[in-house]
Amino acid sequence: MIYMDNSATSHLDPEVLREMEPFLKEEFGNASTFYSLGRNARKALEIARENVAALIGASPQEIIFTSGGTESDNMAIKGTAYKWKSKGKHIITSVIEHPAVRETCKYLETQGFEVTYLPVYEEGIVSVSDVEAAIRDDTILITIMHANNEIGTIQPIAEIGKIAREKGIYFHSDAVQSVGKIPVDVIELNVDLLSISAHKLNGPKGIGALYVRKGIILEPLIHGGGHERGIRPGTENVPSIVGLGKACSLASTHMDENIAYLTQLRDSLINGILENIEESYLNGDRNNRLPNNAHFRFTGIEGESLVLHLDSKNIAASTGSACSSKNLEPSHVLMALGLEEVAAHGSLRLTLGKENKPEDIPYTITSIKEAVETLRKLSPLWCSAENL
Amino acid sequence: MYTDKVMDHFSNPRNVGDIPDASGEGTVGNPTCGDLMTIYIKVKDDVIEDIKFKTFGCGAAIATSSMVTELAMGKNVDEALKITRNDVADALEGLPPVKMHCSNLAADALQAAIEDYKKKQAEKE
Repeated sequence: MIYMDNSATSHLDPEVLREMEPFLKEEFGNASTFYSLGRNARKALEIARENVAALIGASPQEIIFTSGGTESDNMAIKGTAYKWKSKGKHIITSVIEHPAVRETCKYLETQGFEVTYLPVYEEGIVSVSDVEAAIRDDTILITIMHANNEIGTIQPIAEIGKIAREKGIYFHSDAVQSVGKIPVDVIELNVDLLSISAHKLNGPKGIGALYVRKGIILEPLIHGGGHERGIRPGTENVPSIVGLGKACSLASTHMDENIAYLTQLRDSLINGILENIEESYLNGDRNNRLPNNAHFRFTGIEGESLVLHLDSKNIAASTGSACSSKNLEPSHVLMALGLEEVAAHGSLRLTLGKENKPEDIPYTITSIKEAVETLRKLSPLWCSAENL
Repeated sequence: MYTDKVMDHFSNPRNVGDIPDASGEGTVGNPTCGDLMTIYIKVKDDVIEDIKFKTFGCGAAIATSSMVTELAMGKNVDEALKITRNDVADALEGLPPVKMHCSNLAADALQAAIEDYKKKQAEKE
């Protein structure tokens, strides 16, 4: 199978698994105990913390382990809101956030908070001046994603962070899609809080981290023993944390070569599709996007059908439309780009990984071309397009 | 999430196309859900002699369109009018719940095509 859905999840790197294995077997100690078994677990935990911190330019004490990206986002947003509600009740975010951020903000609206949802423009990028204009005296948090999970566009985090810092407003960024794929440095980005997920960078599922800059205070969402400085109590998931740490250190070691390799594959895929398939379009900015993200739309066809056809050709991809999920509405990200509903439904997301081979690209282009042509033969919309 | 029967009709859709001199034609759809389908029927002596479809939509939309053409082919128009959305879903051995109301429009398109045929007949008389 050609796996091109790495933004959904990625395969567990064999080196990561190898690192985790002892902690799933003989090294099962509780990291809070004082005998050698527990001390071994603690040691491994702290090495993992160092590796996560090193990947994003943080100090190890600024890393809190969580169950993944969704929890990190909730912890950052609700933790800020609950802690600082006496200071203000206004939050700024964007219309293209992942549901983990969007739904958390919507929930806070039911709790008396006010949320400003900033638009994006045709290329899928938030405007820094819009952020600046939206700031009020009672703004306590700005939360803007680093790279978008659908179209891969990279947001101007450093500039937004600079403004937030000047105004003394907490700034959170959901960096689940960017950490490990492009350089992420919390100092350069001027962020106070940053979400990380292991399974997007060839680590295990169910584990992630939140970077909490020194001096930033959050209200904990769960209460218990004093683990993770009391911000996130619960016996640490040592094997998965070890996996996250290893995945981070591998990502750091291979960052430059991965970026070069994936950018080359991505560009040949984008060029091949746009040149060979009529009325095919790229969603999102051509260059200011993740090195592994290619997101297309094709006039006259619907994304889920395309994904099913590609599956029959052994290519795993994802639809830009949410029609296959519980929500039948077109993607909020594509609608935010100003696309018509029908056009938004005709989208396909291909997110590459380092296991993809150069020869996968021409096969994928041919397969997509065949599938698009097959579906267009069925489509009443394509007929009318031809007749125009 | 799709049954083998749905995948079969999706992968090898029956009766795709249009009928230029159709006796009746029905289009239904909802762009928000991403589904739009047209059914064409050729009727002789009140019997559906030929039926074709064109569909823009997800796997369920295409499979239900294909299935409804099989169910209606050769039937008397009044019999075919009785084909319901549930009949189509049952013939496909079930559809995911989320697809039941949104993408299961083929029976409606068939009914619209038959009504179009009946209206044209009435105009002739």
